[in-house]
Amino acid sequence: MASGIRDKVAILGMGCSKFGERWDKEADDLMVEAFEEAIKDAGIEKNQIQAAWLATAIEEQHVGKSGIPLAQALRLPFIPVTRVENYCASGTEAFRGAVYAVASGACDIALALGVEKLKDTGYGGLPQRSRGALNSMFWANLSAPGSFAQLAGAYVAKHGCNASDLKQAMAHVSVKSHDNGTRNPKAHLQNKISVDTVMNAPMVAAPLGLFDCCGVSDGSACAIVTTPELARSLGKSDIISVKALQLAVSNGLEAQHNSWDGSYFATTRIASTRAYAEAGITKPREQIDLIEVHDCFSITELVTMEDLHISPEGGAIKDVLDGFYDADGTIPCQIDGGLKCFGHPIGASGLRMIYEMYLQLLGRAGPRQRKQPPVFGLTHNLGGFPHQNVCSISIVGRYGA
Amino acid sequence: MDIGILAYGACIPRRRLARKSVADANAWFNPALRGQAKGERSMCNWDEDAVTMAVEAARDCLTGLARDQIRTVQLASTSFPFEDRLNSGIVAQALNLGAEISALDVGSSQRAATAGLAAVLQSAASAGGQALFLASEKRRTKAGSTLEMTSGDGAAALLIGAGKVIAKLVGAHSRTVDFVDHYRGQGFAYDYVWEERWIRDEGYAKIVPATLAGLFRKCAVEPGSITHFCMPCTLGKVAASVAKKAGIPEGAVRDNLHAVCGETGTAHSLVMLADALAVAKPGERILVVGFGQGCDALLFETTAELQQLPPRMGVRGYLARRREETNYNRFLAFNDLVTLERGMRAELDKQTALSTLYRKRDMILGLIGGRCGQCGTLQFPKSNVCVNPDCNAFHAQTDHPFAEMSGKVNSHTADQLTYSPDPPAICGMVQFDAGGRLMMDFTDVDMAEVSVGLPMRMVFRIKDYDAQRGFTRYFWKATPAGAAKEA
Repeated sequence: MASGIRDKVAILGMGCSKFGERWDKEADDLMVEAFEEAIKDAGIEKNQIQAAWLATAIEEQHVGKSGIPLAQALRLPFIPVTRVENYCASGTEAFRGAVYAVASGACDIALALGVEKLKDTGYGGLPQRSRGALNSMFWANLSAPGSFAQLAGAYVAKHGCNASDLKQAMAHVSVKSHDNGTRNPKAHLQNKISVDTVMNAPMVAAPLGLFDCCGVSDGSACAIVTTPELARSLGKSDIISVKALQLAVSNGLEAQHNSWDGSYFATTRIASTRAYAEAGITKPREQIDLIEVHDCFSITELVTMEDLHISPEGGAIKDVLDGFYDADGTIPCQIDGGLKCFGHPIGASGLRMIYEMYLQLLGRAGPRQRKQPPVFGLTHNLGGFPHQNVCSISIVGRYGA
Repeated sequence: MDIGILAYGACIPRRRLARKSVADANAWFNPALRGQAKGERSMCNWDEDAVTMAVEAARDCLTGLARDQIRTVQLASTSFPFEDRLNSGIVAQALNLGAEISALDVGSSQRAATAGLAAVLQSAASAGGQALFLASEKRRTKAGSTLEMTSGDGAAALLIGAGKVIAKLVGAHSRTVDFVDHYRGQGFAYDYVWEERWIRDEGYAKIVPATLAGLFRKCAVEPGSITHFCMPCTLGKVAASVAKKAGIPEGAVRDNLHAVCGETGTAHSLVMLADALAVAKPGERILVVGFGQGCDALLFETTAELQQLPPRMGVRGYLARRREETNYNRFLAFNDLVTLERGMRAELDKQTALSTLYRKRDMILGLIGGRCGQCGTLQFPKSNVCVNPDCNAFHAQTDHPFAEMSGKVNSHTADQLTYSPDPPAICGMVQFDAGGRLMMDFTDVDMAEVSVGLPMRMVFRIKDYDAQRGFTRYFWKATPAGAAKEA
């Protein structure tokens, strides 16, 4: 019987580049920027790393395929480097690869690094890509906001709530994240916005306006992981460990079977349930201290609050408007500014979220540090479309908690 | 056994361009356009062409009828999307008629539809089975031209065969004269047109009466017995004067639909015929004329079977399904008559893998999905493993056609970000009432009318156009079903 990943692997060091429109930097510059912070934090030599995982999703826009771009950027000593891509869960997937490698005993120290250099397309928003020979023939012509926007109408239809109340709560989600972003020097956007700004913004995909959408940026983040025992022997006393790593991937049910109503993420519900079990968490609303979720769009974050089993079904609007997820609320969500303020360099995002958890757990988050450092932090990524997606959940926390 | 028409159908695109908008935009150059600025013409949506309209007209024609006796499909047009790919073959595939049929494209003249129809009727007796004869047109016209004003887009469909005909063929007669009122040479996009007065006096006024005289002589029919005279002509009062010259009663001359539709090119004779069949009573005589380098005249007589035909949209049904277009710039953009800044997102390579398309032709062109033999779950696309989580049976699915199934909107949006020739791109999840669902593009829809639960029907449309290679990619889209019930 599998015992899960809980407390088998510790985070030795982490790094995160400045996110934003890094016009003067190549992907390898961003990788080095994140890595230098992490290796210094870990207190080891580069050559002690025995295996590495590289996450990048839209590689045709920058580094190209394979693990070579990471090995070359860091001059890794001919160790195994694996490139992973799993939509927006790619960063967390790299982390999962490194963590599983250490947990298996195959290596002592492993690196997970995510990078994406998206700002060389010539236009705003995610790069428009081919979807494959057959998919291009029948998939609907819809962008990322176009697919996620559809949650809103389905949510209103299911819960019988008022569309304008939902839009108001969605606006609160974005305003809150922008407030948080002002306290993060690594965030792309560090400006406050008002509810009126969100409500009156030009429409991107109804009901998502411009400020309901996260930006697109360049960035990189990484983690160096090892066993708790080795972390201790390397001089770490405050140990942050991995409590759960779960992934749920749509099998076509939402897209093709009429049992899904379009108002929630089937994958997130399953992945979070499994993650809580793996982490030994029975009452997430009481036990989870901090969350970073995939707020690609305000509606995604709002619905995810329910799918993580923190807000009751149909109760997210109230929790959001009550400030439950604000920086000074009960369970802050996106205390670092989220995708909303960091933008979404796809391969890096998952690791950027874990980076914030790591800082908060260690009490190193500067002006945005929670007074009472959290014990359990959860990160969540959602890649693809509501009707077919990849969801990753990670829970990290204080070792032994 | 009588040979003739077993059923009819039509398709007129939902958008109607106000002629005033054409005149307002172009009268600075050609003030004479002001005089034509009355009424409206039908115009294809960006995702419609001669093939998609032919499919829609055929579906209208086949409403409530079996398709398994159809042995041949012919499509007449002078605006085929493909110069070398069997356009009628695309239609046949979209209608899921199977491979055991013959198919033929008929073109090169405004008379293509009547000439093709006459030939099909002539061979119907010996061929056996049914023939689906389609005519469809979306003419390319220069901005500010008279043709732009007088043309419309549209299609008609006729099911031809023996037996329970709603209108039997009395006779047909043709004349062929190389009278070049207009022409379009190879490699040219637009027609070159000669003087109207000459076309009227030397063309219509001489060639049509001579043809009609031949027909009446051949059939031993009195011109006074004609109830419906279907003769397209955009020149004023020509049909009436031809009728008078031929001895056809004045009241028999049918409305050429200029005010509400415009002339749908080679399809128009059959559009007018379909329009006549919708109002005709048993025992009436319908005379159809096609003009172009000569003339065809076909005479039909309706039968009591007309009243047994299941209700259909027909010309008037589609005309009632109308949305006015007053933005002439949109018409220009749809017809590639202006170099519009479409943005970088429009630059995505749209190459179609022909091997993939062939392998998946039933799915893509025919909207064939799967039905699980174990649990009965309908699903699209058809796949190796059933999507029902309580079943998941391997290799249990059989073909199931989705095109004629009704569905409802499950979720939707209007996407301003993705590239669309007519933004915003409206799309959503359509859930079929009998099972199955598909996230798909919506067309002929206004965002304000879309809500969760709105009934939808499937329509065959252009999915993408590969401008680099000239390939049109087709698939099915959803459109509000209510619009189809108006007839």
